[in-house]
Amino acid sequence: MKSAVIVYPGSNCDRDAAVAIERVTGHAPTMVWHGESSLPEGLDFIMVPGGFSYGDYLRCGAIAARSPITADLIKQAEAGVPILGVCNGFQILIEAGLLPGALMRNEGLHFVCERAPLLVETSQTRFTSGYGDTKELTIPIAHHDGNYFADTETLDRLEGEGQVAFRYGNNPNGSARDIAGITNANGNVLGMMPHPERAVDAKHGGTDGVKLFESVMGSVQ
Amino acid sequence: MKARVHVYLKPGVLDPQGQAVATSLNHLGFEEVSAARQGKFIEIDLETADAEEAQKRVAEMCDKLLANPVIENYDIELSA
Repeated sequence: MKSAVIVYPGSNCDRDAAVAIERVTGHAPTMVWHGESSLPEGLDFIMVPGGFSYGDYLRCGAIAARSPITADLIKQAEAGVPILGVCNGFQILIEAGLLPGALMRNEGLHFVCERAPLLVETSQTRFTSGYGDTKELTIPIAHHDGNYFADTETLDRLEGEGQVAFRYGNNPNGSARDIAGITNANGNVLGMMPHPERAVDAKHGGTDGVKLFESVMGSVQ
Repeated sequence: MKARVHVYLKPGVLDPQGQAVATSLNHLGFEEVSAARQGKFIEIDLETADAEEAQKRVAEMCDKLLANPVIENYDIELSA
């Protein structure tokens, strides 16, 4: 499986993402600097990692989303390549217009950092198919701006079309309808606040994230 | 020419930071404060003297980067 991780100034989960991808798929991803104008050809998977791109200036993810690499990222999304954005990566995908809504400051104003119960809302996506009948996961969260917001019409559409992939078991940030992760209409772009790449090792945070990467790998083979 | 851009949350969008500011002001004895909304102020220097063109360009800047149309509105003030 050929994959890439995009690296922005201020990314800090890019190496965790690379380790998780290599551990699960057996192949190390190409690390791509955001200033590049194109991604490698023939990718099976692209990950937009978490962190604090551009120090969260202006709005989280706003400046990173206007990076030179974004034009090609959008092209790859339109071509159906699976793209996963985690935490700041989710914020970047939203700011780039690849996913609907907005991620606002947590309702309680606190940075939340804990292992959180996460509910798999549907296993009918290429990112969650491997979870099968498993409904509840434990995945670490660590964010200050994860409060998902969208107008009622958009929320209804997301729910109606099966685009809500994950919900929080115990809403930590005020997200509308407990939403923790959503896919685009085509189902090849997933954004989520929890960190599956931090849950691929029994000694560090559990292994509940492994199946997400396995699902993607299964979907491209 | 200078553009002063105010970016602020749309009515109805929850503003926990504004709420915290209002509560803090209440605690300081400003009991008359019933609500606060927090936004952003961005001052931009422009190499142009054409106000109409500047207005158009700054609006484009707001739409493309400075504001998030899902949750925010903006106002533009131009001065020489």
